[in-house]
Amino acid sequence: MNKFGFSISQGRQINYDEIKSDKLDKLLELVPSYKWCIGCGGCTASCSAGGFTDFNIRRIHTAFQRGQYDGLEEKLKSCMLCGKCLLVCPRGVNLRSLIINMRRILAGVDVVTWRPPREDRIDKQLAKQNEKNKRI
Amino acid sequence: MNSFSIFVIPFCAGVLALLVFSVWKYWRWIRSFDRLQRATIRRNIWSWRFLPAIWEAFREGLLHWRITKKNILLGYMHRSLAFGWFLLIVVGAVQAVLAYPHGHPFWMAIFYNYFEPECNPVDFPHAVFFANLMDALLIYVLSGLFLAMFKKVWSRPLGMKRTTRHTLMDRVAKMALWCIFPLRLLSEASTSAIYGNGGFMTRGLGRVIDAIGIADPAFEYTCWLLYSIALGTFFCLMPFSRYMHIFTEVFLIYFRQLGVHDSNRKTGYTMFELSACSRCGICIDGCPMNRELGIVNMQGVYMLQSVRNLELQRNAESIAENCLMCDRCVADCPVNIDLSVIRRQVRIKNKAPFDNKGGYTYLRNVQPFNSIGRVAYFGGCMSHLTPGITSSMETIFNAVGQKYWFMDKEETICCGRPLLQQGFENQAADLRRKNTEMIQGSKATMLITSCPICYQSFRKEYNLSIPVMHHTEYIDMLIREGHLKVRHDNLKVTYHDPCELGRGCGIYDEPRNVLRAVTTLLRTDNEREKSLCCGFNLGNPTLDLEQQTKIRDAARDNLMAPHPDIIATACPMCKKAFLRAEDIPVKDIAEIVAANIS
Repeated sequence: MNKFGFSISQGRQINYDEIKSDKLDKLLELVPSYKWCIGCGGCTASCSAGGFTDFNIRRIHTAFQRGQYDGLEEKLKSCMLCGKCLLVCPRGVNLRSLIINMRRILAGVDVVTWRPPREDRIDKQLAKQNEKNKRI
Repeated sequence: MNSFSIFVIPFCAGVLALLVFSVWKYWRWIRSFDRLQRATIRRNIWSWRFLPAIWEAFREGLLHWRITKKNILLGYMHRSLAFGWFLLIVVGAVQAVLAYPHGHPFWMAIFYNYFEPECNPVDFPHAVFFANLMDALLIYVLSGLFLAMFKKVWSRPLGMKRTTRHTLMDRVAKMALWCIFPLRLLSEASTSAIYGNGGFMTRGLGRVIDAIGIADPAFEYTCWLLYSIALGTFFCLMPFSRYMHIFTEVFLIYFRQLGVHDSNRKTGYTMFELSACSRCGICIDGCPMNRELGIVNMQGVYMLQSVRNLELQRNAESIAENCLMCDRCVADCPVNIDLSVIRRQVRIKNKAPFDNKGGYTYLRNVQPFNSIGRVAYFGGCMSHLTPGITSSMETIFNAVGQKYWFMDKEETICCGRPLLQQGFENQAADLRRKNTEMIQGSKATMLITSCPICYQSFRKEYNLSIPVMHHTEYIDMLIREGHLKVRHDNLKVTYHDPCELGRGCGIYDEPRNVLRAVTTLLRTDNEREKSLCCGFNLGNPTLDLEQQTKIRDAARDNLMAPHPDIIATACPMCKKAFLRAEDIPVKDIAEIVAANIS
């Protein structure tokens, strides 16, 4: 077969109905700014790790969205978390948080979501402080 | 001599409980020091370092000097309670020793007036003097207590906008403490009402009690009993509340003077630091998260609380994550607790399950450049987004004829600090190993870096054999030694202290010297240790852009207040943050100097 210079490649279609979205939902909950991503690829263009190897953060998070988790964990280890992508992003996506949380979710580590304890009391306290400041 | 009464039992039980629990806790903590810390202690224990430790313990534990520098009233409040109470106990003990030269039970120092109500000048000639002295000391303590109560109602005059939200245990212990001194006054006055002893204050109050007509032994006994119970309760609660800091701070100061440092793991030393926190809440006011965003549950005091308190430990992760690591609280802390390191310990613990080695195999082919006789220049990742800084540095190198090797001109290897800040300890170590190999292999004479994050990393986390300089230090050296001639132009400039360079490494004067040589430097309200974070610090992975912008705007407003022509900074990250605000010209010190070489 090789003589002909082609081979039979596997099907590349993605059936969105078959993707379980629990991991993506968790990611969106942890990194809400990821919703704003327009996939421009600025992050990938500025990436330090991408200068050495084929690490491509846009490809990785796209694969994560599509539920193609194979090998992602290994690939994400290449990131140096330097934060250049964060400053380049035109949409203000928190890419470092995105990467850390993708790794966290792929490693199956239980995530404690950010929840200010006893919020009502803090609000009350804030109101009281403001009142005081006004008086002064 | 009658020297025992049933009412001393609560007090004695409290003292015993305090002793047992403190010794047990301290023993356990000292046992769990790690190997490096033990070695440090063993090496330094027979040195003279205990002398400065004693002085510091006296200055901070009793006089509260650092708090006084922050606010005189606040310092007075802490000092009168700590030093005043200490003197009450010491003077009481001296009085008891002088009155009973042939021995006496230890509670005599506390309950002297009950057991020795007769003011007999023949037995004890200094009785009147001591009675007046004790009264004066009691007034001193009570004035501090009054301030503490006042602070509870209105904390502004004591220099605190916001005070700590305490746990139940702390509040109960505080109530016990607050009861002690008024009860002491009352009991001494009730004795005075019957026997006419005591100093100027107790005798006066005693007369009042006599006039009301409640002066009888039963009332007197009740007062002394309540006083004893208050003391006993406080001592019992002390090892489990914030008042544990009273003794722990002394130990912490001693270990610190011996040269013990925190490591990346929670050790016995960390336990000492956790307990040495008095939860005064001074860390809350300065924190940019509180000032700009109104987030008041992640500051140093709450972070320590979450690490210490088993119940709150499920919040420890989210509290530790939500911090800019700008070190403002570390600079403010009157106990000098290394809050950032403890925060990092929590992050490291949480990242451990997916912090694996071997992610950076692709760096294997990067080779060092043979640069004997050159300096190595490390721009840092962020400088690649602000190429003005690196090209200005190249201009300066060329102007002074310094041969250099621009380490990361094409491809950047991160210094590893951003990873370490997030708790990826092993991965950061991988990058550090690679960079050390590159720098040592190049045989360069010096390492100059433009990024304060890298600078702090190279200085503190690496173990390089060559000197490391930030470019502001380097330019300052060039100008001072006359290698670089600059002209003074008439720009008015304010300088933004980057967190990592200023509070992180203590570099405050060098950038200012350079700016004074080239421009007119204006002062701002918050500078040096008090400088404001630009908000884009890599420490916090959870803030969104809007929140970061709010913090940035506060820092910008502070810098724009004296109406400068340009904002100067020394960090590519801060520069990038201010550049996003569009309406202000912001330049790095290297750029300003490169434009003014004569």
